[in-house]
Amino acid sequence: MAALEPIVGRYLHLNLGGRDNRVYFEEAGEGIPLVCLHTAGADGRQFRHLMCDAEVTRAFRVIAFDLPWHGKSTPPAGWQGEEYRLTSAAYVEAIVEFCAALALERPVVMGCSMGGRIVLKLALEHADELRAVIGLEAAAHQQPWYDTDWLHRPDVDGGEVSAALVSGLVAPTAPDESRWETLWGYMQSGPGVFKGDLYFYRVDSDLRDALGGIDAGRCPVYLLTGEYDFSCTPEDSRETAARIPGATCSVMAGLGHFPMSEDPARFRGYILPVLSEIRRRG
Amino acid sequence: MIERLAELVNGDESLVRRGRFLSLDFLIEVGERPFHVSVREGRIAAVDEGPRLMRSWRFAIRAGEAAWAAFWQPLPAPGYHDIFAMTKRGEATVEGDLQPLMANLRYIKEVIEAPRRLARSA
Repeated sequence: MAALEPIVGRYLHLNLGGRDNRVYFEEAGEGIPLVCLHTAGADGRQFRHLMCDAEVTRAFRVIAFDLPWHGKSTPPAGWQGEEYRLTSAAYVEAIVEFCAALALERPVVMGCSMGGRIVLKLALEHADELRAVIGLEAAAHQQPWYDTDWLHRPDVDGGEVSAALVSGLVAPTAPDESRWETLWGYMQSGPGVFKGDLYFYRVDSDLRDALGGIDAGRCPVYLLTGEYDFSCTPEDSRETAARIPGATCSVMAGLGHFPMSEDPARFRGYILPVLSEIRRRG
Repeated sequence: MIERLAELVNGDESLVRRGRFLSLDFLIEVGERPFHVSVREGRIAAVDEGPRLMRSWRFAIRAGEAAWAAFWQPLPAPGYHDIFAMTKRGEATVEGDLQPLMANLRYIKEVIEAPRRLARSA
């Protein structure tokens, strides 16, 4: 008997910005759609443990897609002459079009890091189409801690430096296997993709002045941040939550910037109660 | 701690292999105490406590004594678990020619984190 996981992967085509994009996604489970958004310079594999958690998949259809340029989603034709730069508008478009293509009814959207930033924008602009948003390592703004020019230049290996930079965002308590699998994802990112994502994260998505417009009564907002995350610190998330009436914020002990992939067992203890609450609210 | 850097690094075969294309001198400053670290093909050839007159280095990593002590804890507290966590909070600086640092970042980070192993085995 083959040791098959419950995860199934497929490709779909999305028209984004007027161009055809071949997009890869994985899913497991049945029930409330739970769309998972990976971090910058990574891909949907970060959520593989959640998709193999029967406690989650008996009530949720967990779906993770790779943004164009990431993972198994190829860049759109003509990419070779372009500098990849993710914008807020393009990111929202990709998520909304993906959910529409799969006809997902009032999904929960959970994103980490830049994915955690964009769910705030979704809560602002698409509240009635969503059941809830979950922001992991999420804040309305980021205080930069390095120059992103180092991520894409010929005299520094982009994959190696990306992984070495973000390695410090993994909690020191993370199991080695999960830590290095998380970093492997960063080592595999296409040239300039992490840097292009950080254009969105650092330049094109400051939401600090917009937070008051989010109504967590219409679309509940849950923020969860690891205590070892110094990129989006617990304080950053607390400040963000404090400006969204009704939002909740929890600090996760012993976790860093990649909770779902760096230490899936520990993350479970924090995410299961949130998912239960979302189920109860209906 | 830092005085034993050479044995910690040179005794770690995979770390030496990772740094095999790197030969340079860099500076670690612990409070007021400068240490010149000479790397030769991934091995630590020497750690010389300064000041050494007119000694060159490619890049310097500096932090206060208490910050390094926190950094070298076997299980460091949040904010002291990574060199860039410390630079972000203003407790460390990284200066000089950063290209060889960034091109060998995993190696250099593992070198400066090596003293954590001493505390673990103590």
